[in-house]
Amino acid sequence: MIVLRRLAEAVPSLVGVVIVTFLLSHALPGDPAAYFAGPAANAESVAEVRRTLGLDRSLPVQFGYYLLDLAKGDLGHSLTTGQPVTSDLLQRLPASMELTLAALIVAIAVALPLGIVAALRPNSLADHFCRLTVTIGAAFPTFFVGLLLVYLLYFKLGLVPQPLGRLDEIYFTPPPTVTGFYLIDTLLNGDVDAFRAALSQLILPAVSLALFAMAPLARMTRAAMLTALGSDFVRTARANGLPARKVIFTYALRSAMLSIVNVMGMVFSFLLGSNVLIEQVFGWPGIGAYAVSAVIASDYAAVQGFVLMMAILYVLLNLAVDLAATAIDPRVRFES
Amino acid sequence: MAVSTLIRDTRYAFGQNPLTLMAAILFVFLVACALLGPTLVPYDPLASDAMARMQPPSLGHPFGTDSLGRDMLSRTIVATRLDLGMAVFAVALSFVVGTAMGAVAGYLGGWMDKVIGRIFDTIMAFPLFVLAMGIVAALGNSVINIVIATAVINLPFYGRFARAEVNVRRDLAFIEAARMGGNGPMSVMARHIVPNILPPMMVQISLNMGWAILNAAGLSFIGLGVRPPEPEWGIMVSEGAAYIFSGEWWTFVFPGMALVLAVFCFNLLGDGLRDMIDPRRRT
Repeated sequence: MIVLRRLAEAVPSLVGVVIVTFLLSHALPGDPAAYFAGPAANAESVAEVRRTLGLDRSLPVQFGYYLLDLAKGDLGHSLTTGQPVTSDLLQRLPASMELTLAALIVAIAVALPLGIVAALRPNSLADHFCRLTVTIGAAFPTFFVGLLLVYLLYFKLGLVPQPLGRLDEIYFTPPPTVTGFYLIDTLLNGDVDAFRAALSQLILPAVSLALFAMAPLARMTRAAMLTALGSDFVRTARANGLPARKVIFTYALRSAMLSIVNVMGMVFSFLLGSNVLIEQVFGWPGIGAYAVSAVIASDYAAVQGFVLMMAILYVLLNLAVDLAATAIDPRVRFES
Repeated sequence: MAVSTLIRDTRYAFGQNPLTLMAAILFVFLVACALLGPTLVPYDPLASDAMARMQPPSLGHPFGTDSLGRDMLSRTIVATRLDLGMAVFAVALSFVVGTAMGAVAGYLGGWMDKVIGRIFDTIMAFPLFVLAMGIVAALGNSVINIVIATAVINLPFYGRFARAEVNVRRDLAFIEAARMGGNGPMSVMARHIVPNILPPMMVQISLNMGWAILNAAGLSFIGLGVRPPEPEWGIMVSEGAAYIFSGEWWTFVFPGMALVLAVFCFNLLGDGLRDMIDPRRRT
């Protein structure tokens, strides 16, 4: 029941996203046909494009056709690759997802314990370290952190391989595609060396991206844990002689989880946005790098397809977080 | 707020947190660079010098030179105006439009509130940097459009904040009195409500500036808006990144550090301002 309601709540967001993407591509000042035809087009090919895209019709009619195309999964053709945008994006999506998920896991694995320890011992070394992470994460541009790490860890210390893509294809062959995630596919293929190589390529971009996501997570964990630890039910639990582990994890953390889960929306927004910058720095062959070259080449359909795909991903991720919050916290269920 | 209280609170904020004082000094320095930058710098930021290419930091060139022999110190300082300018205009635009929309939504309520709320929700349904990329791609690749895109993605923060602040004041006695005195909704909002929500909005602005700088620099890092040879921190980092594998670190580290300092400064100022305006949230 509550699941259905959450699903229904995501619908207006999706509708809004589709309308905005349509407006971005069809209702702009200037001549969209000229944009879609690309910088090298002459008057004739612009007119041709206008006809094939239906841009000579009224906006509502165009919107109808746009929806029909979307329903068929048709986002138009990319000028630079000559392929349908949908297949271009789907082919590059696993690379981006692998990077984003790895960064998310790193961020959670570091930020949660850090925030908890900082809240348990205010003004301790861990607390200062937590504050430092939050400050750095909020002030350093992701792309700059990425470059600094490349300079220090690759160029100076040689600890990681050259940051050029997902796998050094001179020495290793990419695994046959099952999930599209190299870390999983290499293992399924039984190729431990390639797994290690893929992991060593992934570490640096994932850590740079994670640092940015860590800041809001660590700050929220610390604040929510401080509130929870100061509340009456934790005092009562302590007074009743419950072991510290049970008080901290079962009582305080579970209550703090709701605020932490609520900040996840912002974390995803950061991650998906910064993903573009990090892919650019590390030559990562994902949809962000694809979109950047599309923007530079005025490859219009490709950019719009990218924006739409990212927005849908984001709405779905938020939906997943909402559902998780409902599962974790009975208060959310009682709200309705 | 009486002037003496303001002074006392300012002294408290600076005394309590020396970082805020540091941020204020840094702020003055950044503003000076933005206003006077081009007259202060030792070299023309656009002048290339084939004899002095890729020189590491030295007394003559404290930040070194880039691949065209341009002085990095001069370029980094001159870029302040463009970087801060883009962020200031974007934040100002989104503050004015967002506050107006939020105030109307919060004061009038009803269908207006629903429509405006839906607009903000739709903006927030995108990963914001991605939306900014889409807007710049659609409107055209120029500095003005970077400002507009950065303003649009910040709109919901000001709008929602203003809406909430207006909503709690809507039925207070002094607003009631203003209405009774024959003021229309526009006049009540503009002359009685908005001035009252300005102090908390200022905190929002300062906290938001750093983020706006990061966004604008991120957009120009991926090649949008600012065109070479124009000095701008984002594009300078991106140009310098090409030389990372030959170890010429100064070409990207100095403009990058300038970005970090600027963002750091506004984040700290925002925290300090919040302490001053809302003492309850002092930590």
